[in-house]
Amino acid sequence: MAMQTSHTPAHPHPAGGSAVTPPPVGEGRGGGVAATDAPLLEAQGLTLRYGPITALDDVGIEIFPGEVVAIVGESGSGKSTLLRVLSGLQRPEAGTVTYRAPDGGAADIHRMGEAAMRRLHRTDWGFVHQNPRDGLRMGVSAGGNIGERLMATGARHYGSIRDAATEWLRRVEIDPARIDMLPRQFSGGMQQRLQIARTLVTHPRLVFMDEPTGGLDVSVQARLLDLIRELVADLGLAVLLVTHDIAAARLLAHRLLVMRHGSVVEQGLTDRVLDDPQHEYTQLLVASVLAA
Amino acid sequence: MSTMRSAEGGAPLGGEHRSRESHGPTATRSAEGGAAPGGEHRSRESHGPTAMRSAEGGAALGGEQRSRASDGPTTIEAGYNFGYLDENTKRMIRRALLKAVAIPGHQVPFGSREMPLPYGWGTGGIQVTASVIGPQDRLKVIDQGADDTTNAVSIRRFFAKVAGVATTEHTAEATIIQTRHRIPEVKLREGQILVYQVPMPEPLFRLEPRVSETKRMHALADYGLMHVKLYEDIARHGHIAISYNYPVMVGGRYLMSPSPIPAFDNPKMHRMPALQLFGAGREKRIYAVPPYTSVHSLDFEDHPFQPIRANAACALCGARDSYLDEVVTDDQGGRMFVCSDTDYCNTRQGSREAAE
Ligand SMILES: Nc1ncnc2c1ncn2[C@@H]1O[C@H](COP(=O)(O)OP(=O)(O)OP(=O)(O)O)[C@@H](O)[C@H]1O
Ligand SMILES: [Mg+2]
Ligand SMILES: [Zn+2]
Repeated sequence: MAMQTSHTPAHPHPAGGSAVTPPPVGEGRGGGVAATDAPLLEAQGLTLRYGPITALDDVGIEIFPGEVVAIVGESGSGKSTLLRVLSGLQRPEAGTVTYRAPDGGAADIHRMGEAAMRRLHRTDWGFVHQNPRDGLRMGVSAGGNIGERLMATGARHYGSIRDAATEWLRRVEIDPARIDMLPRQFSGGMQQRLQIARTLVTHPRLVFMDEPTGGLDVSVQARLLDLIRELVADLGLAVLLVTHDIAAARLLAHRLLVMRHGSVVEQGLTDRVLDDPQHEYTQLLVASVLAA
Repeated sequence: MSTMRSAEGGAPLGGEHRSRESHGPTATRSAEGGAAPGGEHRSRESHGPTAMRSAEGGAALGGEQRSRASDGPTTIEAGYNFGYLDENTKRMIRRALLKAVAIPGHQVPFGSREMPLPYGWGTGGIQVTASVIGPQDRLKVIDQGADDTTNAVSIRRFFAKVAGVATTEHTAEATIIQTRHRIPEVKLREGQILVYQVPMPEPLFRLEPRVSETKRMHALADYGLMHVKLYEDIARHGHIAISYNYPVMVGGRYLMSPSPIPAFDNPKMHRMPALQLFGAGREKRIYAVPPYTSVHSLDFEDHPFQPIRANAACALCGARDSYLDEVVTDDQGGRMFVCSDTDYCNTRQGSREAAE
């Protein structure tokens, strides 16, 4: 995957062990997250401007192990920018992002060396792009796409890589007989499922998803959301999900962040925010969905 | 049989007509030159400019006066600096070479100079050789294993002219061996230098076209993508379908292109007692493998690297351990396998005769 590392490597600051440890047991939507856990990812004071546009305005966020947090808001409100900054792909002008590794060591994402950042992105973290072309190698077979992260982290047994790819195709409901086909021979929904398989194969703890169901037919979207919900629950993943889709957020997310003009205007448990929105913008957002 | 191709190639041998294909042992190619009379006539498929191919230059080859496999020192032709390059350029290249030796397998940029040969004719290798050669050296030049191809002959003559050095066709006698596409069969020893001509130094360039990204991948030893390519080969063909320029890891750290040598030669690079230097003229890169450095061909545990050679014995010397070329022997489609390393083959033929 071509990672856009727009930040320059600063002081190397290893993220601690990057070994893939089993994620905490997830309980899925509705399950409680032990309040005593330290956050997996924590950001404070994130600010980023594009000329006159303030894409992020003093944004703070926390995500706990096994928790699904949705970021909703209108187009241009800064959701994708926030995701890129949180995942280290883009550097903020101000603010910090701290990641807590499985061994408990905390790392400042934007002061981390590039090598440590790459390691993080292919072990503990995953990124699912809206456009599967951004997350898949279109010239590489489905099996090769899934196997890449394994090979990048040292897997050197062809048979095992192939077994893992077969297993993951099955898990994302793609016929394993298609293992040697190229992604372009797949439908949009299948490409997206392949991208998810490719990302989850190393059992990350935290997955960033930017509109994973965007651009798909409604029926395909519903099926994909179901699949994501199952996988998240099975694997106990923490997910930061950017979406336009309030229904998707309600289905998947424990907590909700509402963004507007680069600021978080409201956040809280999903049901509370959607059933009893406090901010007038959130009220408008919920009302527009209900009206639709 | 052995007289068909002798290192003392001055005397025309009448009608032997051989053409070689560089891409491995199985492909054949019919001779393009027709039945050219007079003199051994060998044509090789080369990646370089066709103008210098021997098949088209029968006259040029015929006119060449070569009497011995080894020639003593000559005098430098007037007007040339020793080794053709000026001293500043040689120093610059030596600094790049020192860096390259210090970081085995790492590509070091250098200010490649214009040479009196077009790119593709080993200008990188020639500049490296010119920077390390001294008056006491004895130079061997091979092109796809042979000392007597036009390219090899012209590079050897070039150095005889501009450095006055002795030359040889015998691997064991040479102190410097400049090569394109092969590593000699005879084990190299300490004190020898093997200079490779490299067309494309970047092993990742087909997989990742962005130079900035390949640099980053090297810096981070981020080579998973290369294994993805090997995975794809096995998925598609059942085996790793790379027969030459097979990627290697050097010193457990840098991914390196061994230049377009057959994969068969890869194991010879591993812990080789000789110094291996690589020059890419057009791409302006130098890299090196110091003596006794580990060089491992990439593979999978359950699909280990396998050096491949044609399953045959050399028709001239009977060797079963050497890399073979398939050559066309006549106009009726006759063909045979012969050693690609002409010195190795000639030496074996000589010792067979002596034994008889
Ligand atoms: N590279 C850029 N250069 C200039 N402006 C940008 C750039 N990227 C984003 N912006 C601006 O920053 C603001 C936030 O953009 P962002 O892509 O984060 O929004 P978003 O919430 O993801 O929108 P959408 O829902 O349409 O994807 C927008 O006004 C956008 O035009
Ligand atoms: Mg967006
Ligand atoms: Zn032979």
